[in-house]
Amino acid sequence: MEIKKAAVAGTMESSDVYVEIKPASDIAVQIESVVAQQFGEEIERVVRQVLEENGVKGAHVSLNDKGAVECVIRARVETAIRRGEGERDQ
Amino acid sequence: MRRSMLFMPGNNPGMLLNADILGADAVILDLEDAVSPAEKDAARILVHNAIKTLKYKCEVCVRINSIDTTFWKEDLDEILPLAPDLIMPPKISTAQDVLVVDAYMTELEKKHGMEVGTVKLIPLIETALGVENAYAIASSCPRVAAMLLGGEDLTADLQCKRTKEGKEIFYSRSRMVVAARAAGVDCYDTPFTDVNDDEGLREDAAFAKALGFTGKSSISPRHVADINRIFSPTQADIEYAQEVMETIRVAKEQGKGVVSLRGKMIDAPIVTRARQVLEMAKAMGVLIDE
Repeated sequence: MEIKKAAVAGTMESSDVYVEIKPASDIAVQIESVVAQQFGEEIERVVRQVLEENGVKGAHVSLNDKGAVECVIRARVETAIRRGEGERDQ
Repeated sequence: MRRSMLFMPGNNPGMLLNADILGADAVILDLEDAVSPAEKDAARILVHNAIKTLKYKCEVCVRINSIDTTFWKEDLDEILPLAPDLIMPPKISTAQDVLVVDAYMTELEKKHGMEVGTVKLIPLIETALGVENAYAIASSCPRVAAMLLGGEDLTADLQCKRTKEGKEIFYSRSRMVVAARAAGVDCYDTPFTDVNDDEGLREDAAFAKALGFTGKSSISPRHVADINRIFSPTQADIEYAQEVMETIRVAKEQGKGVVSLRGKMIDAPIVTRARQVLEMAKAMGVLIDE
């Protein structure tokens, strides 16, 4: 799956995560979270896993996490991926 | 056993996480009115992941978008493979509406190697035409397990004001109960929408129970405990039902044709009602099967 345009998903509300995805030639994940110190590595692992499951080879993903659990992170990253695979921005 | 059905917005992670701990017998994860058109995709992916991961202990129902939108098939594509207990299609007005949803669910169940009919339907009746066709809807296919009355959209369609007293939906409520019972399915009442009026909720729920509804839906977790209590048999109901069954047992032993209890003749409808009360009590765990 190719990320063709920038896309966002999620919200800044508690228990949610705001995800931004942009087209790129490599994978990069940036995480901002109040629990980054404890769970940053785990959050990044989940993001990279979802990218891989969806066959995304190139994307820059940034997350602003408000305490989302794994299934919410998965859902929001997946939504951003699906939104980013649409038509390229003109 | 399903007394309370609690609506939860499908795109709100905090609420989805807590859906299981609020005491409702079933949660209705909503992809329709609670979700803006721009977020339909996000909500169905979130609900998919929530059902897949959270393993809700209560029954799970998903309200999809209506069949006159472009969203409903995508909702089912995403949700049906996870085998929720129920799918709630809104604005069902005819038996044909149900059959359209049923046909697509059957197609998906076959595609995903599921037994056909695994996921049941609870059509949401919220149009005048839907009320008129309630029996045809309830008996349209074996997948229909229950119906739910949606009072807000219904009153808009009836072109009348929705009031707390609910006189304007009295006929529709009665019609729904008769249709559902005639078809042998459960029926659920519309939510009471004033979340701050606890006494109003109790009166509304007691009235619905008196009409014959199986239970009641809610948009507020605050209403769940009252709904569960009102739609459960009381200790006095259970004791009376046990007395009825014991009286019948003794009468049979003694070869009596007609018996009475507390000055009233015990006939077939009273025995049927006693059995229903005891079955409900067993389902609630307050009565152990002997």
